[in-house]
Amino acid sequence: MHNHPVYTDNDPQTEYSTLNLGPTHPATHGVFQNVLQMDGERIVSGVSTIGYIHRAFEKIAEHRPFYQITPLTDRLNYCSSPINNMGWHMTAEKLLGITTPKRVDYMRVIIMELARITDHIVCNSILGVDTGALTGFTYMMQYRESVYEIYEEICGSRLTTNIGRIGGFERNFNKIAFDKIRNFLKIYRVGLKEFESLFNRNRIFVDRTRGVAEVTAETALSYSWTGPILRATGVDYDVRAMEPYSSYEDFDFEVPVGDNGDVYARFLVRNEEMWQSMRIIEQALAKLEKEPSDIFHADVPAFYLPPKEEVYNNMEALIYHFKIVMGEVETPTAEVYHAVEGANGELGFYLVNDGGRSPYRLHFRRPSFINYQMYAPMSQGMLLSDAIINMSSLNVIAGELDA
Amino acid sequence: MGKIANEVLIQKLGDKFPGQVTELNQDYGLLSVETGREQISDVLAYLKNDPELKFIFLTDITAIHYPELEKQIGVIYHLHSLTTNTRIRVKVFLTADDVHIPTATTLWDGANWMERETYDFYGVVFEGHPDLRRILNVDDMTVFPMRKEFPLEDPNRIDKKDYFFGR
Repeated sequence: MHNHPVYTDNDPQTEYSTLNLGPTHPATHGVFQNVLQMDGERIVSGVSTIGYIHRAFEKIAEHRPFYQITPLTDRLNYCSSPINNMGWHMTAEKLLGITTPKRVDYMRVIIMELARITDHIVCNSILGVDTGALTGFTYMMQYRESVYEIYEEICGSRLTTNIGRIGGFERNFNKIAFDKIRNFLKIYRVGLKEFESLFNRNRIFVDRTRGVAEVTAETALSYSWTGPILRATGVDYDVRAMEPYSSYEDFDFEVPVGDNGDVYARFLVRNEEMWQSMRIIEQALAKLEKEPSDIFHADVPAFYLPPKEEVYNNMEALIYHFKIVMGEVETPTAEVYHAVEGANGELGFYLVNDGGRSPYRLHFRRPSFINYQMYAPMSQGMLLSDAIINMSSLNVIAGELDA
Repeated sequence: MGKIANEVLIQKLGDKFPGQVTELNQDYGLLSVETGREQISDVLAYLKNDPELKFIFLTDITAIHYPELEKQIGVIYHLHSLTTNTRIRVKVFLTADDVHIPTATTLWDGANWMERETYDFYGVVFEGHPDLRRILNVDDMTVFPMRKEFPLEDPNRIDKKDYFFGR
């Protein structure tokens, strides 16, 4: 067990005590271990140990045809799986040169923004829990439940969604799904307003979060931060605006930024992003009305899995079904990098393809992994209780951290 | 400022490092260039600090393994110029018996864990790295598991071999 920080603290004269925060500590939401040197309540130094739930997704992806990689992406940031699924499908489409119909793009935008809202709900309400306010959390969870019911209506599952196909969706959104989306927009408007009035000017919450873990824009950029935590430092980098994918250029939305990058600024940025997400979903719903209502995938029979009833009754469909499932489709030899704005930063897929049955190399640029590396350095000199809410507001998801 | 054209990037890199930076491809509009490990620090520093390019954002560092090539291990940098919204990919290829390359942590703090991950999975030794330890795998692991010689599945299993599919 060389190099392990737990066992290096053997100096009997030391004035500091060693504290193992994690790997399974109730105050850290996920499997995170930080070995901290403590001077009383204050952190002198810390070392992060990660990899407890490493599942070798990049290695597995080198042995799977494209469709079997989608469930792997579910398990990266499992608080917003649909964004990962769509990101992967769009990467494959970029490689294969597939253009999706506008209606598919707008449907994807709806799902991705719903996923962003659920992710921010979890992060912000849990930040409330960590500062001692359980109430917001208990109320906000019902809205996440409403979004999960929308997922269920569209793809059948809730957390690891495996939603969509290369080229579009597996089925059209039905009327119940649209009703649920509209209903969610109606109720969540009220819910988010309530949540904001509970927290935004709450004296205890503001005292607890303002000025905690301030980060300058220069430091954040040097550490390759992306997502809400980067925008909280005042940098308006958002992949949706910079390199629009899935027709985000058709939408009118704002990229909220914070001032000093502290926990409170991150909280406000996430809240505002939820408002913007709702604005985008409303526009998408309006745009969908103008599109033909029966299109939900691109016409690419070589890559889009045919519907089951056709597989059983139509020879062509049967052939394509087997070819796709076995990875026996022609793919170009090329490399592609595609990034989407995940709920906690730039989620990138670097795909090197050699025309084989599976990617030659697939690398996930995981925002949690890259965002989390500043955690130990920035905790130096911080109070332990502040370090807890700092971790909470970084919104690091263990599945994405360890891949 | 608009996107920098790939031709301009090639021109500028060619002027600054004559004969040392070669274009690999422009797949899907993203320029890939190759350079040697002797120049990589200078190339990255130039891309980052040049007032017209300003590739100040390190998106990613990773590696790739081609066992059949003479230079087997490729180290791949993705940089992003936020002000001009341009991306570039820089690659360095290394032989398997000498997998050393200078660190990028002197330019970006964020390179620290990316390089540790690359070391962990491909065994690329980043010289000058402050803390080059394994990061996701266990400390006492002896191999670099993302190299192609380590199969994922049971090698005795033959039902997934490529020759069954006419390849």
